[in-house]
Amino acid sequence: MNLSLLILIPSLTVLALLVTRNRSQVCWLSFIGSLVQIGLALALYFAFTKERAAGNSSQMLFEQTHELFRTLHIRLHFGVDGISVAMILLTSLVVAAGVLVSWKIEKMTKEFYFLLILLSLGAYGFFISLDLFVLFFFLEISVIPKYLFIGIWGSGKKQYSANKLALMLMSGSALILVGILGLYFTCGNDFDILHLSQATIPDNVQYIIFPLIFLGFGVFTALFPLHTWVPDGHSSAPTAGSMFLAGISMKLGGYGCLRVAIYLLPNGATHYATIILVLSAIAILYGAFVTMMQKDLKYINAYSSVSHVGFTLLGMGMLTQTAIVGSVMQMVSHGLMTALFFAVIGMIYDRTHTRMVNEMGGLMKVMPFISTALFIVGLCSLGLPGFSGFVAEVTILVGSWQNNDLFHRTATVAAAASIVVTAVYILRAIGQTVMGPIRNKSFEGLRDAAWNEKLAAIILIAGILTIGLMPGWLYQLLQPAAEIITSRLGLGIK
Amino acid sequence: MPNTILIALILLLPLAGFLINGIFGRKYIGKLAGILSTLLLLASFIICLYTAYGYFYQFGMVDGIYQKIVPFEWNWLSFANGLVLKMGFLLDPLSAMMLLVVSFVSLMVHIYSLSYMKGEERFATYYAFLGLFSFSMLGLVLSSNIFQIYFFWELVGVSSYLLIGFYYDRPSAVMACKKAFIVTRFADFGFLIGILVLSYYTGSLDFQTILERLSSPESSETGMALQASFLGISALSWGLILVFIGGAGKSALFPLHIWLPDAMEGPTPVSALIHAATMVVAGVFLVARLFPVYAISGPGVLESVAWVGVISALIAALIACTQTDIKRVLAYSTMSQIGYMIFALGVSGYGGGNNGDIGLGYTASLFHLFTHALFKALLFLGAGVVIHYVHSNEIRDMGGLKKKLPVTHICFLIACLAIAGVPPFSGFFSKEEILYAAWLHEPAIFFIGLISSGITAFYMFRLYFGIFHSRTYKGHETANHAEGGPAILIPLVLLAIGAATAGFIPFGHFVSSDGKPLDMPFHLRFSLAPVLLGLTGILLAGWLYASGSDRPEKIRLALGGFYRLLYRKFYIDEIYLFVTRKFLFNIIGRAAAWTDKNVVDGLVDLLGAATRGLSVLLRGMQSGKVQQYALYFLGGALALAFLFIYVWK
Repeated sequence: MNLSLLILIPSLTVLALLVTRNRSQVCWLSFIGSLVQIGLALALYFAFTKERAAGNSSQMLFEQTHELFRTLHIRLHFGVDGISVAMILLTSLVVAAGVLVSWKIEKMTKEFYFLLILLSLGAYGFFISLDLFVLFFFLEISVIPKYLFIGIWGSGKKQYSANKLALMLMSGSALILVGILGLYFTCGNDFDILHLSQATIPDNVQYIIFPLIFLGFGVFTALFPLHTWVPDGHSSAPTAGSMFLAGISMKLGGYGCLRVAIYLLPNGATHYATIILVLSAIAILYGAFVTMMQKDLKYINAYSSVSHVGFTLLGMGMLTQTAIVGSVMQMVSHGLMTALFFAVIGMIYDRTHTRMVNEMGGLMKVMPFISTALFIVGLCSLGLPGFSGFVAEVTILVGSWQNNDLFHRTATVAAAASIVVTAVYILRAIGQTVMGPIRNKSFEGLRDAAWNEKLAAIILIAGILTIGLMPGWLYQLLQPAAEIITSRLGLGIK
Repeated sequence: MPNTILIALILLLPLAGFLINGIFGRKYIGKLAGILSTLLLLASFIICLYTAYGYFYQFGMVDGIYQKIVPFEWNWLSFANGLVLKMGFLLDPLSAMMLLVVSFVSLMVHIYSLSYMKGEERFATYYAFLGLFSFSMLGLVLSSNIFQIYFFWELVGVSSYLLIGFYYDRPSAVMACKKAFIVTRFADFGFLIGILVLSYYTGSLDFQTILERLSSPESSETGMALQASFLGISALSWGLILVFIGGAGKSALFPLHIWLPDAMEGPTPVSALIHAATMVVAGVFLVARLFPVYAISGPGVLESVAWVGVISALIAALIACTQTDIKRVLAYSTMSQIGYMIFALGVSGYGGGNNGDIGLGYTASLFHLFTHALFKALLFLGAGVVIHYVHSNEIRDMGGLKKKLPVTHICFLIACLAIAGVPPFSGFFSKEEILYAAWLHEPAIFFIGLISSGITAFYMFRLYFGIFHSRTYKGHETANHAEGGPAILIPLVLLAIGAATAGFIPFGHFVSSDGKPLDMPFHLRFSLAPVLLGLTGILLAGWLYASGSDRPEKIRLALGGFYRLLYRKFYIDEIYLFVTRKFLFNIIGRAAAWTDKNVVDGLVDLLGAATRGLSVLLRGMQSGKVQQYALYFLGGALALAFLFIYVWK
C-alpha cells in the first residue's frame, strides 16, 4: 500500500474543487473524495492487519522515503503503525461526516470545502509522517485554515475566538518547534523519528525538551489549563469546523504527545508523569463540573471534551501498556463521539436557531432521528457499554489500576468518579432539549434530518458501535505499537 | 450438556425484538409490534424453561452437587496485563432460577401490555425498550465474567431510564428517569472500582476464578488481598464493600433508595417488571453470585450487608404506611422486601452445616426473591388495572372496587396475603425461612425483621381495604372501563396461581450456597409469632380502613411530628437535594465555571492584553519625528559606548 495516496487524494480533490462551477458540484466532489478516502483508510487497515498476520513485525509498515532537503537532513519519510492507522480511520470518517453536514452552506461554498479538505490533508500527512520537520509542516497546515473557518463562517464573537484559537495554537506550535530543534541538534542533525528513537538523549536534555513538546502538543489537545481556546473556538466555528476541531485537531495533539514526547523522550515522560497525571485528573473532574454549569450545547460539548481528553492524557501519564492503548482508544472514541455531538448540535441549531438548552424541549416529538442521535451520543459520552466510550474508559482504568500506589490509585478513582458527573450533565442536557413538553410553539413544524444529515450521523454511529460492540480488533491494532512505546520506559508494568 | 446456540437465543430473541421494533417499528410495524415482541419473548421463555429443566434434572448435578457450567466464552477484550473481559454464559442454580423468573415475569408483562398500552402513540418503541430490558437482564443473569455483569448492569440501567422516561413529555417523568440513572450511576462508580480492586488481586475477571481464588483462606491471592489494606480495612473487604455499593444502588437499599419511588413515573407494567420483580433484585443477585467470597473471606462485610438490609426493610415499611399513591406504597414495599433478601444473605454462612442451618439464609433469600417476583409483579399489574379504571394513583380516589373488578380483587388479595406472610401462600414460606435464619445468627436482626413483617401486613392491607372496600365506588362508569380482555387477565391469573402455590416448591433442593441440595425443615412453633403478628397487622388495617371511618385521621393527628417524618420519608430526599443542589451545583460547579472564565481564561486574555499593551508602547516610538529618532540614536550610541567601555572592556 502506497501511503502517499492518502495525501494524494485530498490534494487532487482540492485541485479539482478549483475548477468546479456550482455548489452541487462542489459538494458531490468533496463527498466522493471523502468516500474514496474512507475506502483507502479501510484498505490501509486491512493491508496492515494482513501484513501483521503474515508475520511482518517491523515497527512501521509501508515505509517510503524521499529526500527533500539533503543539507538539513529533511526527508519525506512516511510509515504507519497501529496508532496511525487508527487515527487515519478516524479522520476519514469524521471528514466524510463533516462534508455531509455542510451540504447546505450557502456562503462561499467552494472556499469552505477547499479549506475543509485542506485541513484533512494536513491531518493525514501528520499521521503518516515520520520526519519531525514534515510532521510539523502538516501540523501547521491544519492550523491556519481553522482561523479562516471561524473568521468567515463562524458565529457569535467569532473575531475574538478565531484570534484566540490561532494564537494559542501558534504558541503551542512554537513550543513544539523549539523542542523539535532541540532534538535535532542533540542527536546529530536528524529529524527522523526512527533515528531519534535509537539515539541516546541525556536525561538532563530530556527534562528540558519533554515539557516543551508535551505542553506544545498539550495546547492542541486541550491539556488543562491550556484548554480555553476550546470552548470559544468550538462555539464560534461552523458545524463542520467544530467537528474537525474536536474530532481530529485535538487528536493531532494527543498523537504528538504520544509519538514525539513520550516515545522519543521516555525518561522525560517518567520524570514528569506525576504532573501529567495531576493535570489530567483535574481536567477530567474540573471539566465535568464546568460542563454541568453550561447552558449552550456547544459549550457543553466543548467542556465535556476537556474532560474526555483528560482521560486520554491520564492514560498516557499512567505509562502502562494497557492504559496507553486505552488512551488511543479514547482518542478515536472521543473523535467520533464529539464529531457526532457537534453534527447533531448543528442540525438542531439550523432548525431551532438556538443552542440554549433552556429554550428547547420536546424535540423528540418533532425530530425523532436527530433526538435519537443526541441520545446515542450522550450515552456514548457517559460511557454506556456497547458504545466506544465505555471500552476506552474501561481500558484506561484497568491499565491505570496496575500502578499499585496511593497516588496513582487516587488519580484513577478521581477519574472514575467522573462517570457520575458526566451522567449528570448529559442527562440534564438531554432532558432539557429532547424530552419534556415542547416549550416553543414555533418548533412544532420543524422537520427531521435530511438524507445528508442522516448519512453523516449513521457513519459516525457505525464507527462508535463497531468499537463499542467489538473492541478486540482495535485493541489488537494498537497494542503492539503501545508495547514499543512502553518498552522504552523501562517500568515493566503492563 | 447445555446447547450453546439455544442459550444464545435466550438473549438474541429479545434483542432482535429491540432492533426490529426500534428501527422499523414506528413506520412499518405499528400495532403488530406488540405481538412480534411477545412471540419472541415467548420463545425465549420456552428456551429458558427447557434450559432450566435440563440443568436441574439432566446435566446440572454431578456427584450430588450442582456444578457451575460455562458452555460458552468469547474473549471480548483481552487487556495486555492478562485480564480478559469475556462474554460468556454461566449456568448454575442461581442463574437457572433467575432465567425462569426474569423470562416469566417479562413474558407476563409483554402480554399484559398488549392491552394496557394499546393506543399508545409510541407502542412499538415501548416494546423495543422492553426487548432491550429483557435482553440486558437475561444477559446480566447469565454473565460469566464480572465485567460482563457490569456491562449488562449498565444496559439494564439505561433501559430502566428509557422506560421510566417513556412519557417523556411529562416533566416529572424526565426528572424521575434522570434521578434513577444518576443515583444508580453513583453506586456503579463504587461497583467499577470494586471490580478493579478484586481483579487486581485475582488476576482474572471470571467469576469462576475469582470465587476459586478468593474464597479459600489458604490461597495466595486471598492472602495478598487480605494483607494489603487501606484506612485499616483490607483490600479484599474494600472490594467487596464497593461491589456491594453497586448492588445497593440497583436494589434501592438505604441510603441509595431515593430513586425507586420516583421511578413509578414509568408505565405500570414497567414498574412491575423492572422496579419490582427483576432489575431491583440485581443487587441481591450480585451478592449471591459472589457469596462464597463474602461468606468465607469477608464475614465482617457480610455483617454490614445484613444491617443495611434490615434497616432498609424497616424504614421502607414505616414509610409505606403513610404514602397515599398506591404505586409508591408498592415501591416502598419492594424496597422493604429487598431488604429482607439482603439481610437474609447477610446472616447466612457458606455450606450446609448441621441441619442445613448455616447456609439457610442464602437459600431463603433467593427463595424470597423468587416468590416476591411473582406476588409483587401481580400487585403491580393489579394496581395497573385499578389505575386504569379510576384514572388516578391516589388511594382516596378509590374504594369499593371489589364488585367492579372481581378478578383483579381476588388476585390482589392473594398477592397481599402472600406478601403479608399468611400461610399457605408463597410469601409465608420464604419469609419464615429468612426470619429463622436471622434468629439463628443474630436475634437483633430477627426482631427488627419480625416487626417489619407485621408492618408489612398492615400497610398492604391498608392498601387492599382502601382500594377494594372502605366505601362504595362513586366514580364515573363506562362500558369500556371493564377489567380488560384476556391479555390483562391471563397474566394476573397465572401470577396469582404462582403467588399462591410457589411456597410448596422445595427450593433448597435446587438452590443453595454450595450447590448441595439443602433441606428446609418447617419450624411450626417458630412461625407462630410472625404469623400472629401478620394477622394482627391485617386486623388492625381492617379496623382502620375497611369501613371508611375517621380513625386513621385521628391517629394521624395523634402521631403529629412522627407521622410527618414518615410521610416526608425521613427527609432523605431533601438531604440529597441539599447536597447536590447546594453543594455540588452551587458551590463546586459554580466555582469551577467561574474559575474557568475568570482565572484560567482570564490569564490567557491577560496575556493577550499585555502583548497588545506592549505593542502600543513600542508603537509610540515610531512617531515619525526626526528629532525623536535622533534622540533615540544618541541614547543608543551612548548606551553602547558605556557598555563597551565599562562593562565588557
